[in-house]
Amino acid sequence: MNGIIGGEIIAAKQHNNLEGKSQFLQTGRWERGWGFLWKSKAEYISESLVEKLLMLSAVVSIMALLLISVFIFSRGVPLIAKVGLGDFLFSLEWRPTQGVFGIGAMFIGSLVLTLASLVWAVPLGLLTAVFMAEIAPPPLIRIMTCMVNLLAGIPSVVYGFFGLVIIVPLIRNYLGGTGMSVLAGAVILGIMILPTIINISQDAIQAVPREYKESSLALGASHYQTIGRLILPAASSGIITAVVLAMGRAIGETMAVVMVTGNAPIIPDNLLAPLRTMTSNIVLEMGYAAGDHQAALFATGAILFIFILLLNLVLNSIRRAGKRYAGN
Amino acid sequence: MPGTRMGEKALTCLLCLSALIIVGILLAVVGYIVYKGLAMINLDFIMQAPKRAGKEGGISSTIVGTLYLTVLSLAIATPLGVGTAIHLEEYAHKESYFAFLVKLTAETLAAIPSIMYGLFGFVFFVIYLKLGWSIWSGSLTLAIMVLPTITRTAQEAILSVPREYRENSLALGASKWQTIRKIVIPAAVPGIVTGIILSLGRAIGETAAVLLTAGTSLGMPLSPADPARSMSVHLYMLAMEGLSMERAFGTAFLIIILVLFINYLANRSMSLLSHSGG
Repeated sequence: MNGIIGGEIIAAKQHNNLEGKSQFLQTGRWERGWGFLWKSKAEYISESLVEKLLMLSAVVSIMALLLISVFIFSRGVPLIAKVGLGDFLFSLEWRPTQGVFGIGAMFIGSLVLTLASLVWAVPLGLLTAVFMAEIAPPPLIRIMTCMVNLLAGIPSVVYGFFGLVIIVPLIRNYLGGTGMSVLAGAVILGIMILPTIINISQDAIQAVPREYKESSLALGASHYQTIGRLILPAASSGIITAVVLAMGRAIGETMAVVMVTGNAPIIPDNLLAPLRTMTSNIVLEMGYAAGDHQAALFATGAILFIFILLLNLVLNSIRRAGKRYAGN
Repeated sequence: MPGTRMGEKALTCLLCLSALIIVGILLAVVGYIVYKGLAMINLDFIMQAPKRAGKEGGISSTIVGTLYLTVLSLAIATPLGVGTAIHLEEYAHKESYFAFLVKLTAETLAAIPSIMYGLFGFVFFVIYLKLGWSIWSGSLTLAIMVLPTITRTAQEAILSVPREYRENSLALGASKWQTIRKIVIPAAVPGIVTGIILSLGRAIGETAAVLLTAGTSLGMPLSPADPARSMSVHLYMLAMEGLSMERAFGTAFLIIILVLFINYLANRSMSLLSHSGG
């Protein structure tokens, strides 16, 4: 009984497959019943060898991710266990040479800097995305796309250098302090995440079905009413995706931040104070750290890693929710 | 409703203004570095070895180091990435657990910040595999970093090859691998090349990961077992330690020019893709 039902299901599946896409190419399991395809046993062997090799190359990236997780956690977690997660994460004392490891200031530094850069880059990026998707004529869109891509292609160390020679002196001369500050970091980091925000929200806005827009306009709504009440809400899951991705990029950014924020491991009390992020902490001290100090830097990396994985989870659930919404 | 009219006009102005700001930012960054860096550029700067920790002389060894690192990392990552893409698109069951796992891995790898790759490369390649601070360690780390980009673009390129091509080839008696090798891959080349170009840009600009894995030695790297300093690492060291701002500008200028050129190439190959794919 079971067997017959099973067979029927398989037959139905095969029928579906043959109807829609050729099962042949889809499943890639030619050997089942397609043995006549091979001219010789040698050809069969070489064909399956190639298949195994290709599979192996796919396994490499899985192995890489596994190794990354294992090596970073195995170096970092013992130290977190020794210090205690609460103390490690929230203590403000970072005196690595005396064996005191608390990354509280850096943890808060990363969050503060990320928020400060999102605060101005998200509105500006979103407005630009609306401009590109709804207002600009096609030739202008092409030019703008080119420019945004170029902005995304400039390496972070160049942005850091630009911040160091332009933004930091500007702040020092006009606002006071040393210039190496939260503000300088937020300006540079904001510039760096703009392309992510623009590209992804522009895609999201353009993916809103034309019919929505046409019906709204036909009902007498103005273009901006349509954008504000209909297009942006319909694109909201894409826009949130853009913001979360930008957040991930901002938290992980290292070189540009190291070069302009002054790197003092204290909690900044105003925009002109220096700060140190978790990423800066790693790159600044890795060169000479040893023993527990080095382990503490790996532990910082492990915390960062968990952060990124959590953001990825959020991203996936937004995407799923977006798909459900679109499906309805 | 004149009030609404005014409001709409103001909104249009606001949108145009934000686009202008973006253009302004780009022009400011590129323009300033080109303006200040151009004065530094001459044959000596490119051809001479750095002296006194980079305070004097040129940047020849860092150019060679960058070249070594990018070429080697792409040579490692391209076959792996394209192989993965072929496996996913041509062999694996779309719904299989393995395909899902590979996709999830690629997404996660793409989200990991470069400093994490640096940490991993340092503990795994430099220490565990005893490769030391070397071009090998740097290239292997960079290769893992650019792998998701190459895989994804190759996947899209392979997916866009019409199914009829494959069916015709198979109907003519070609085997599956022959079909992939002689029909699918050639048709997907523009997409694969785009992925390689994009990765090239990323590898040239990468600093944190290279700093921790290839070291900061200013000597001329001869073999891949030697340590090396890339141009981006050099720029970082020059600027952070205040060694020579003119030389930092010169290095930043060369990096920007390379990035501009790579961007142009990527645009060209992408437009090639859309023409052939249509």
